[in-house]
Amino acid sequence: MSMQQPILDVRNLQTHFVTSKGVAKAVDDVSFSLQAGEILGLVGESGCGKSMTGFSILGLVDAPGRIVGGQLIFKGQDLLGMEAEHLRRVRGNQIAMIFQDPMMTLNPVLRIDTQMIETVQAHQQISRAAAYDRALEVLGDVGIASPAERLRSYPHQFSGGMRQRVAIAIALLNRPDLIIADEPTTALDVTIQSQILSLVQTLCRERQTSLIWITHDLSVVAGLADRVAVMYAGKIVESGTVESTLKHPLHPYTQGLLGAIPALHERGRPLHLIPGNTPSLVNLPAGCAFSDRCPQVHAACAVNPAVVEVDDAGAPHSVRCWLIKSQMDGAAP
Amino acid sequence: MLVFLLRRLMQSGVVLLVMSLLVFVGVYAIGNPVELLINPEADQADIERTMAALGLDKPLWMQYLIFLRQALAGDFGTSFVHGTSAMQLILHRMPATLELAVAALLIAVVLGIPLGLWAGLRPDSPSARAIMGLSILGFSLPTFWVGLMLIMLFSVQLGWLPSNGRGASTEILGFPASFLTWDGLQHILMPALNLALFKISLVIRLTRAGTQEALLQDYVRFARAKGLRSARIVGVHVLKNILIPIVTVIGLEFGSLIAFAVVTESVFAWPGMGKLLIESINLLDRPVVVAYLLTVVSLFVMINLVVDILYSLLDPRIRLQAQAG
Repeated sequence: MSMQQPILDVRNLQTHFVTSKGVAKAVDDVSFSLQAGEILGLVGESGCGKSMTGFSILGLVDAPGRIVGGQLIFKGQDLLGMEAEHLRRVRGNQIAMIFQDPMMTLNPVLRIDTQMIETVQAHQQISRAAAYDRALEVLGDVGIASPAERLRSYPHQFSGGMRQRVAIAIALLNRPDLIIADEPTTALDVTIQSQILSLVQTLCRERQTSLIWITHDLSVVAGLADRVAVMYAGKIVESGTVESTLKHPLHPYTQGLLGAIPALHERGRPLHLIPGNTPSLVNLPAGCAFSDRCPQVHAACAVNPAVVEVDDAGAPHSVRCWLIKSQMDGAAP
Repeated sequence: MLVFLLRRLMQSGVVLLVMSLLVFVGVYAIGNPVELLINPEADQADIERTMAALGLDKPLWMQYLIFLRQALAGDFGTSFVHGTSAMQLILHRMPATLELAVAALLIAVVLGIPLGLWAGLRPDSPSARAIMGLSILGFSLPTFWVGLMLIMLFSVQLGWLPSNGRGASTEILGFPASFLTWDGLQHILMPALNLALFKISLVIRLTRAGTQEALLQDYVRFARAKGLRSARIVGVHVLKNILIPIVTVIGLEFGSLIAFAVVTESVFAWPGMGKLLIESINLLDRPVVVAYLLTVVSLFVMINLVVDILYSLLDPRIRLQAQAG
């Protein structure tokens, strides 16, 4: 799999927000790549830059935010160097996005058919009738009963879960190679959440569509993704296969996240938590951004740690932490 | 829907009743119209005869009851000055005022919405700042002064446009209309622009605020993520959402356009209801004043009704509630 040309290669992406209080590095030196059909879970707390990474890929960063560095290579072309019109033809066509709140993403005053047909016609020179047929087909694919009738409805006539299905259908309309899903199940009930999860998983597997699933919920990633990347304060602090990362977390932050999930056999005991709050991106601690919350902080953490590649029984796994670096250095000689 | 309409009709009936009473008493309190109407050298007997002829010798409450009884039969009294039916005088002048108000509304919408969109899409550009600056002027400059300045510039200095009157008119469905002839258009341009000035500013500000708010919404970002062209995002996704508040306000403001027309009609000698009202107030011609206000209030009520209906057409969420309720 790793021999193939990746469908998306993100190299040292940097997205900054210049505000009166200072420069917020929402995405700071993020690199990862994605193979065709692969599902990547991008995990982190609110405000860690995971959503902004998604928006950056699609070129949807609003002022005062700006992509200031890095490369976004999608199927061999650099998205950052693209002309606006060229990028528009990629958006919604080859790369689609699903948003967090299904109540807000559909336009309240336009019927579902309008919102679907325009998406097809923005990218293909086909008749309205053909676009309508395509909308009908995809709406059926995402499990909406009597799609012809539902196409004539307005968004407020749907429940939250149904709206998210419509949003997923819109994302699938032009058979994209990559879908970026920004916490699409966070606003939904747990039962609806698992329906949506299995729906997306099936659809992506069937069509060999790559997927970046942005979430704060490690349990979602565990069931869905092939690989996981954990973000903290704009940086990916740990990444690897789901198996390796969730079973043998190396970074103290990942360990903290996993420890914070309440478990049945720990009933009655105090919950584990990571002390402190997510730091403000304008005012990060010097060196490792996690150092002021890290239970194992030591002198080396005053300097920003570099990425360390670890081999976990053949599975690639990388981490940004001095602890691992010193362990490896200690073990090597 | 029928219940809603009936309730509206009853409400407006009460409003009309209260309003007529207030105006009746108000105009009575200002003075005796006979003193203005009659020859100053007339003797006491003449004055009393005239007052009896106009019904002014009876006590006020009786005058009001007589007025009410006649009004219910569709007779709103006879003008003291013109000696003809007050309502006919007003209906005769109404097309001119309505034409002026509609023209002003069109100008406000046609100029205001694109300018507001532009200012909302590029809030930091010099052109947007210029638009917003001008809209402050539009808000704050007094209508009569701007009217005079327009006449100074376009009629006196440049001589391009006529300074007063209505110009040639053609009949449409039995009403005179001046927008179909070149002469009529020339006459209506300046008064309509003058009347529209305040509304243009209002529409610009509303559109700009709505646009800026809509641009931050997730549905706009989603529309961009779908790869739509910006023309479609702005022209359909943004515009259709911001039209809801704009239609409401514009509709309600149409009533105030008719009311504000009083000033513009006086400046440009436009032969509409407003000019008639000013003349009638000056001569204490009570039947005309009362009939004018009753007409304007009825117009307001009708406009509000139309706005409610338009509103539900634009916003599907309201449409559904109306069907359920």
